[in-house]
Amino acid sequence: MAEKVLMKGNEAIAEAAIRSGCRHYLGYPITPQTEIAAYMAKRMPKINGVFLQAESEISAINMVYGVAATGKRVMTSSSSPGISLKQEGISYIAGSDVPALIVNVQRGGPGLGGIQPSQSDYFQATKGGGHGDYHLIVLTPASVQEMADLTSHAFDLADKYRMPVMLLADGTIGQMMEPVELPEEKTSTVEKPWALTGTKMQREHNIINSLYLNTELLEKTNFERFERYKQIEENEVMYESFMMEDAEICVVSFGITARVSKNAIIEARRQGIKVGLIRPITVWPFPKQPILEAADKVKAFISVEMSMGQMLEDIKLACECKKPVHLCNRVGGMIPSPEQVLAKIVEVEGGKN
Amino acid sequence: MAKVTFATDICKGCGLCVNACPKKILVIAKEKINKKGYSPAEMTDQSQCIGCGFCYTMCPDSVITVEK
Amino acid sequence: MAVIYSKPKSLADLQLHYCPGCTHGIIHRLVAQAIDDLGIEGTTIGVAPVGCAVMAYDYFKCDMIEAAHGRAPAVATGLKRSDPSNVVFTYQGDGDLASIGMAETVHAAARNENITIIFVNNAIYGMTGGQMAPTSLPGQVTQTSPYGRDTNTTGFPIRVSEMLATLDGPEYIERVAVNNVKNVKNAQKAIKKAFENQINGKGFSLIEVISACPTNWGLTPQKALEWIDEKMIPYYPLGVYKDRSAEKEVK
Repeated sequence: MAEKVLMKGNEAIAEAAIRSGCRHYLGYPITPQTEIAAYMAKRMPKINGVFLQAESEISAINMVYGVAATGKRVMTSSSSPGISLKQEGISYIAGSDVPALIVNVQRGGPGLGGIQPSQSDYFQATKGGGHGDYHLIVLTPASVQEMADLTSHAFDLADKYRMPVMLLADGTIGQMMEPVELPEEKTSTVEKPWALTGTKMQREHNIINSLYLNTELLEKTNFERFERYKQIEENEVMYESFMMEDAEICVVSFGITARVSKNAIIEARRQGIKVGLIRPITVWPFPKQPILEAADKVKAFISVEMSMGQMLEDIKLACECKKPVHLCNRVGGMIPSPEQVLAKIVEVEGGKN
Repeated sequence: MAKVTFATDICKGCGLCVNACPKKILVIAKEKINKKGYSPAEMTDQSQCIGCGFCYTMCPDSVITVEK
Repeated sequence: MAVIYSKPKSLADLQLHYCPGCTHGIIHRLVAQAIDDLGIEGTTIGVAPVGCAVMAYDYFKCDMIEAAHGRAPAVATGLKRSDPSNVVFTYQGDGDLASIGMAETVHAAARNENITIIFVNNAIYGMTGGQMAPTSLPGQVTQTSPYGRDTNTTGFPIRVSEMLATLDGPEYIERVAVNNVKNVKNAQKAIKKAFENQINGKGFSLIEVISACPTNWGLTPQKALEWIDEKMIPYYPLGVYKDRSAEKEVK
């Protein structure tokens, strides 16, 4: 087993990316993710990599698009307002079917919002974000270890499905220090015959493009992309089930609020309340099946989130409204306390809908 | 002696070659129509062509080949 | 007899979609000719813009990518940084480069990014049907300046070459035109030099090409070329605005 090192969440992302063969980081400073850029600025020149501070998030994501088109592993990172600016480029990356990693260390919004942690970019991340029909695979780390592991996994998923993948973290995990076992060194193993490498006069030219003036062709491209999304929904769902065997109440929560929820669940169990947790690790694809299965066993769901009931909608869809879904939330940079979550569990256990 | 040939099917009849020709031996063949619906440029007197390539230089559609 | 002038090999055997008399086609040919002359088709990657030249990716036989409106210099930066041994060029219009993409342009120039930019200035938005561009002339009638461009309310045209030449970053900035044989020949030299600079690792080269839009200017193709001499070139004088290597030699 590899040695554990003490690292900040943001730095764990950066180091894991480098170990995953990413040699191109293009970004723009914004709190609370700037440690990723700072780490890359230090490390990339030492390993023949590229760190470039762009003039804007818009430019950074388009540089990512350029590198991605050559088939190399590439990433950018930002926080909520910056991610909004990147949406144009993300839509083009999705529409051109090239792989890339986008890290969003979320902060409170809307607008300039605040610089404290949030999960309020959930809709933006899971429903597309930019214009047009598309998805990102969205991974939600709940620890510094997962910041590293999911970063590593994200590059493989991006290559495998030729699409942008988002690591949806929040300011808490970004800034938190924990011991972490860093992932093994690796590189991409996927063939990329579509990449722009120069024809070398050996093949027809490759074109990376999202423009289809032929409407039938654009429809076909969209249909094909959604066939791929279907495979992802079948094969790539990740979640953690915690104390769900005999649970009568199911808490659903991801990221930092899932950790808070676990503490509340342990305390509730001590008080004799049968409550468990489903923690989505991918929020797209959303773990619909385990939630639907739980719907037959539990009497209610509680969505614990740092947003105004955004994930709650996905839980309702997943459980097909078979059981009530309650909201337990804080927003604006506030984090729910274990006491708040426990109080909600007790309230729901008492049957007060 | 030079020879100018036109890929008549892709000519849009803009006439820039006609104006560029120092010998004034190119015309737009108004009575003809190509498959895109344009009246194409054509040579009226090949024997006077000096192969200067001005027509080629001003043609936006790479219609013209010049041999000498 | 031998062929002395013919369509460049790196230009695909397709009919260009441009309007009759649109000089985009001449500029395409000049770019392809430079690629042929330098023997770089196999290592060149082109970035197409949004605007009339949006489908340029079909016309050049080298690898191509389509960028979002104005973002071509950023995309080109990514391509070039990924593999500096490739030759990367962008082909952009005035709306794309000088309006929505001004930040990307200026910063790529400031970084002396080792890329080649072909900037086609025809003083109008062509693809969307002839709206006012950042380079439209004072008094110019367009769809969105129907009474003529009023500098009191819409400001003044941007002289991109002059502006970029004030930066320390770029290697080479030249403005050329394609409205007569002499100017086209000069444009050919400038475009070739802009690619050579990149191959020689000299950095950012931008060639501004004054181009005609007969359709949206409401002129015949020949009159449009004359309008370039009468109106465009007086406002946008041709010439080399920056040539760092030449400046060094002089010193």
